[in-house]
Amino acid sequence: MKIIVAIKQVPERDAQVRIDSTGKWIEESDVQYAMNESDAYALEEALQLKEKHNGEVIVVSAGPERVGTTIREALAKGADRAIHIDCNDLNDRDVLGVARLIAEAIRPENADLVLTGLQSDDLGYGQTGVILAELLGVPHATLILHVEKSDLSIKVKRELEAGYFQEIELPLPAALTIQSGGNKLRYATLMGIKKAKTKEMRVVNAADLAPAPKPVAVLDAIELPKKQRSTQIIPGDAKQAAATLVEKLKFEVRVL
Amino acid sequence: MSGIYVVLEERDGRVSRASWEALAAGRKLAAQSGASVTAVVIGASTESLANEAAPQSVSKVVRVEHPLLAHYTSDGYTIALQQMIQKEAPPQVVVVFPHTYQVRDFAPALAARLNEVLIGDVVSIGEGPVFTRQLLQGRLVGNFRHQGNGPCLISVQAGAFRAEEAAAQSSPAEAVVFTPQIDPAQIRTKPGEPFRGTAQTVDLGSAPLIVSVGRGIKEADNLPVVQELAAALGAELAASRPICDNGWLPMERQVGSSGQTVSPKLYLAVGISGAIQHLVGMKGSQCIVAINKDPDAPIFEVADYGIVGDLFEVVPALTEAIKAAK
Repeated sequence: MKIIVAIKQVPERDAQVRIDSTGKWIEESDVQYAMNESDAYALEEALQLKEKHNGEVIVVSAGPERVGTTIREALAKGADRAIHIDCNDLNDRDVLGVARLIAEAIRPENADLVLTGLQSDDLGYGQTGVILAELLGVPHATLILHVEKSDLSIKVKRELEAGYFQEIELPLPAALTIQSGGNKLRYATLMGIKKAKTKEMRVVNAADLAPAPKPVAVLDAIELPKKQRSTQIIPGDAKQAAATLVEKLKFEVRVL
Repeated sequence: MSGIYVVLEERDGRVSRASWEALAAGRKLAAQSGASVTAVVIGASTESLANEAAPQSVSKVVRVEHPLLAHYTSDGYTIALQQMIQKEAPPQVVVVFPHTYQVRDFAPALAARLNEVLIGDVVSIGEGPVFTRQLLQGRLVGNFRHQGNGPCLISVQAGAFRAEEAAAQSSPAEAVVFTPQIDPAQIRTKPGEPFRGTAQTVDLGSAPLIVSVGRGIKEADNLPVVQELAAALGAELAASRPICDNGWLPMERQVGSSGQTVSPKLYLAVGISGAIQHLVGMKGSQCIVAINKDPDAPIFEVADYGIVGDLFEVVPALTEAIKAAK
C-alpha cells in the first residue's frame, strides 16, 4: 500500500505572534515552527497502516527551506521518503493554489491513499485534503479517527458533531483528512533520526509544478481580534489574585 | 453581487439552528448590496424543509431534490449543488453555508469544481463585502475578499450571526424544485448510520458550575490540581480536546465542537488557550473565568475575569481561598 501524507509546517502553538510590516502576515523571524498537529496524526495513521499492510509512506510538504526540518522529523518517525515542494510564495496562493501544487507533485506517484490532517493550525482552512481529492479525482472522507483496510476498499470511522460517529466505506484510491486523537503519536527514536539523514528528500520547484494563478480568495489584512467581552484582568500574585477572584465569585457572580 | 443563496442543512428532520444563522448572514449581505436572498434545501424529499424556510423573509426557495440525496454523501451534494449553482443561480452569486462538519466535508470540493475557493468559517461580514475569519487558532483574524466574476462561496461560524434576526414575512416565498442529474455510479462512498460513541453518563450541559482544563496542565499526573479546585467549588470537571485525545480524561468530559456544548453559570477555564473549536462549546456561559500564563491567549477575548499567571500557583491558591470562603 502506497500512502502519501501531506504535512504542513506551522508556527508553534505557544508562539507569540506579531503582525509584520506588510500587515498581511506575522513576523516570521519571531516564531519557532513545528509539524501541524493533525498532520502528525495523519502521519501516525499512515505509519500504522504500513506496519499492518506493508508498503511505503511518502511525505510531501510545501514551503520555504525551513520546512525541511519538519520533513526530517517525519522521516525520523518512519516515513520512507519525502517530496519538498520548494515554495517561497505560499502565502500569495490561496488554498486551491496550494492544493494544485501538492496534487501535481504527488500525481505521478499513483498512491493508494492520500492523508492530511483535517486543518492547519495557522490558516485553518481545513480544505487542502478535500480539494486534493477533487483534483486527483478520488473519493474522500473527512474528520477520520480510524482506518481499516480490506482488499480494494477501506472502512473509516468519521467524527460527526455532538458526540456522534459514522462508518464510511470508500474504494481505493482515496483521500482522507485525519482528526487528532485517533492514535497515540510516536516519538522519533535516535535510530530513526540517524536513518532519516540518509532517506530520499526530493526537492521540486513550485514554479515547475503549477503557475501561481491569481488567487480567488485574497487576504487583505490581518489584525487582532475584537474582544467579545470586556475582560477584567485581576492583578497581584497568585494568592492576591485568588482572593480577589473569590470575592468576585461570591458577590458579583454569586456562585459561592 | 447578483444574488445570495443560502444552503440550509437539516437536522432531525428540521432546518438546523446553524442554518438560520447562515440565513442571517445572507440577510446581512442582502442589506449591504440590495441583492435578494434565496433559500436552498436539499434532499430526497424537501417539502417540509421548504415550508419552514418559505416564510423567513426570503424571495424564493429552491428545492434540490433527488432520490440519491436521501443520505448525505460528498459526491451527491457536490454534483447536485454544482448543477444548481450553474443552472439556477446568477453568475456572481454569493452562496452561504453554515460551517458544519457536513459543509466542511463537501464545500471545498464543490468550490474547487467551480474553480473557486470556499471562504470558510467566517465570523463577520463587512462592507465590500470583506469576510473576516480567524487565523492561528483565534490569535489573529484575517480579512478576506473574493476576486473574480464567478460565484463566491462562504461558510459562517456557529454563533457568529444571530438566528433571531430572521423576521417572518406576510406571505411565504414560492418554492421551485430543481432536479439534478446524478448517476448512482457517481456516488463513490457508502455512508453508515450515525451512532453515539460511548453512553453519555456525564451531562455537562446541565451543570451549573464547570471547571475545565486544557493543555496548560502539561501532564496527566498534574490533574489533581484542577480536580481539587472542582471539588472545592462543587463543580463538574471538563476539558478541552487535547486532554481527552491524550486519554487523560474521558471523551465525555470534552467541551467544544466535537464534544458537549455548555452554558453554565460559571465556566472556569484553566490552562485553556481558547481555540475556536473549544470556544464554540462554552462561549454562551454566563460568567467565564480564565487562568492562563499567556496574556494574549484567545480565551481572554471571551472571559469576564482573567488571571494571567502560572496555573500551578494560582489554582492551589484559589482552591484554598474557596475552601476558606465556604
